[in-house]
Amino acid sequence: MIHWKLEPRPNGTARFNFAVTAASLCAASAIGGLLMGLMGVNPFHAYFEIFRGALGSKYGLSETLVKSIPITLTGLACLLAFRMSIWNIGAEGQLVMGAIAAAAFVRYCRVDGSVAAFACMFAASAAAGGLWGALPGFLKGRWNVNEIISTLMLNYIALCLMDLLLYGAWKDPTSMGFPMTPSFPKTARLWVFGNTRLHGGLIMALIFPVVAWAALRRTQWGFEIRVIGENARAARYSGMGILKNIVLVMFLSGAIAGLCGMSEVAGLHGRLSRGFSVGYGFTGVIVAWLTRLNALLLPMAAFLMSILLVGGDTLQVTMALPLSSVQVIQGLILFCVLGGEVFRGYRLRRVRAGGPSPEDGE
Amino acid sequence: MSVDIITPILAAAIRSGTPVLYAVMGEILSERSGVMNLGLEGVMLIGAFAGFSATQATGDPAVGIAASFLAGALVTSIHAFLCVTMGANQVVSGLALAMFGEGMSAMLGRNHIGQTIAGIKPFRVPLLGDIPIIGQIFFSHDVMVYASYILVAALCFFIFRTRPGLNLRAVGENPRASDAMGLSVARMRYAYTLAGGGLAGVAGGYLSVVYSQMWVEGMTAGRGWIAVALVIFSIWHPLRGALGCYMFGGVDALQMRMQAAGTSVPAPILLMMPYAMTLAVLVFISIRKRQGILLGAPASLGRPFRREERE
Repeated sequence: MIHWKLEPRPNGTARFNFAVTAASLCAASAIGGLLMGLMGVNPFHAYFEIFRGALGSKYGLSETLVKSIPITLTGLACLLAFRMSIWNIGAEGQLVMGAIAAAAFVRYCRVDGSVAAFACMFAASAAAGGLWGALPGFLKGRWNVNEIISTLMLNYIALCLMDLLLYGAWKDPTSMGFPMTPSFPKTARLWVFGNTRLHGGLIMALIFPVVAWAALRRTQWGFEIRVIGENARAARYSGMGILKNIVLVMFLSGAIAGLCGMSEVAGLHGRLSRGFSVGYGFTGVIVAWLTRLNALLLPMAAFLMSILLVGGDTLQVTMALPLSSVQVIQGLILFCVLGGEVFRGYRLRRVRAGGPSPEDGE
Repeated sequence: MSVDIITPILAAAIRSGTPVLYAVMGEILSERSGVMNLGLEGVMLIGAFAGFSATQATGDPAVGIAASFLAGALVTSIHAFLCVTMGANQVVSGLALAMFGEGMSAMLGRNHIGQTIAGIKPFRVPLLGDIPIIGQIFFSHDVMVYASYILVAALCFFIFRTRPGLNLRAVGENPRASDAMGLSVARMRYAYTLAGGGLAGVAGGYLSVVYSQMWVEGMTAGRGWIAVALVIFSIWHPLRGALGCYMFGGVDALQMRMQAAGTSVPAPILLMMPYAMTLAVLVFISIRKRQGILLGAPASLGRPFRREERE
């Protein structure tokens, strides 16, 4: 009898790591194509349409860039927490809270387009998202409350809060029943590039990952975060403040997601409306994994994901496929990256039963 | 409120709690063995479509339910392979499963949206169904609801009163000790994760074959995530899980009625309740755990087991 067995392998080179990620992406596309073929969809046609839709026109390209802004930011939010082995899958809720805070600011405060007003709006949404992240962080640090479930629950609570406002007090009386707030005044809108839909959030999406990368790789604080993530016990013995750092990292993570929500409503849509985020918080998880927690690669990975999302819109129009069909590919990418992750750390070896390491005593 | 108003709401609570109940029972099995499956939403959707299309093809809803079980187990096998054999991250794999299932069901069902099928019809239990109030609440539904009562009882007995149930709990609590005891951790985790996926598939099948008797894209509408939450609420116990499901079903039924009646309590607040309650329970059991009182959470939940490695 011959068995296959996983055994640890030494750390690979950067080139090896890159190759594994590339291979995972290729495998995901190939399996996705195969599944499409089985379902009677021409995969070559579908992939061609995705790329044509996302990159083939000026409009498509700008849409792809527009969508990669929130994906980069939520990806960064997830990445920061993941660095510390905190599984924040609540970026969606934190993003919604940031958006709600921005909308509240526009509704209840004087927005005159001044720098001070914008600074307040930024601060409000960062604080709202940050607190929505810090709460599960505190619960984790203090009582070891499972952050996966608590952040997941807070996602839904945030969405319900938004519904409460959108169907109730904040509803636009002229919206004919659509759950959305009235349009923001011009003075509350983020700066937009020329006549495109690209907004000021792009600057955050380009600068934040670099800052985060530098902070994680080049400062003592970043070192502490990584140590806590990799070996909490060692971190505790060397006197690193675990509770403090968990709360801080979750606050930052939530704040970034909150700013992302703000830039979506104040930059792109110009109002808070139901479904303004198409699951960006979850796409962020994929993107963070794709980069293997390297913040510098985030914009690139987000662009790749964005191609899928925009291409999905095209598929819906030209091939009458449901919008969620790109989720098949997204899911496959995650599966393959996960599988690849294992091959990065382990290798398969054939083992003969009765050899030096006998398999399973039943 | 008088009995005439409350009884139909409670009956509706049972009916809308049942699909979630199947998923919760499956997830309890899976998590008791140490594998967390966050992808229930996707598995349920796959099960819902499989149940719908098998019923449509054969005209037999029983085949539909069987197909939904198989389809649920099949799609969960990806998760089981990654988490058990490959030792991958269960959170990420579960999220991937949710996305994959959602997308696949939408693709597969793209030409069937809105089509209806002749599913399982209601069946009032003789004698029991004639008991006033109780009969109307519990015994005026359909076969799948009655099967779910039996499932809850059977799981309670299996998990807490039988040898294989003890083994299941042992694997979830301490895979290393179970391994030393001679249990095959990998094999058991596969079995229970797949069984859990199958039950989540049935949960979806209930929605398409019994509840609405049609196919609608994304028809689970977040029930999969509710199920993940209710497993924590149940503290991994089938009976408390059933209670949680009926509470959710009650909230669901109540908010539909209140919307119809145009009351002043906004629906989002009601819909928020299951999530808020789960969060409260989660905090509660974590605090108790800190104080040394263990409340059911399988100790190895979410951690891969590799025989050759030390903890």
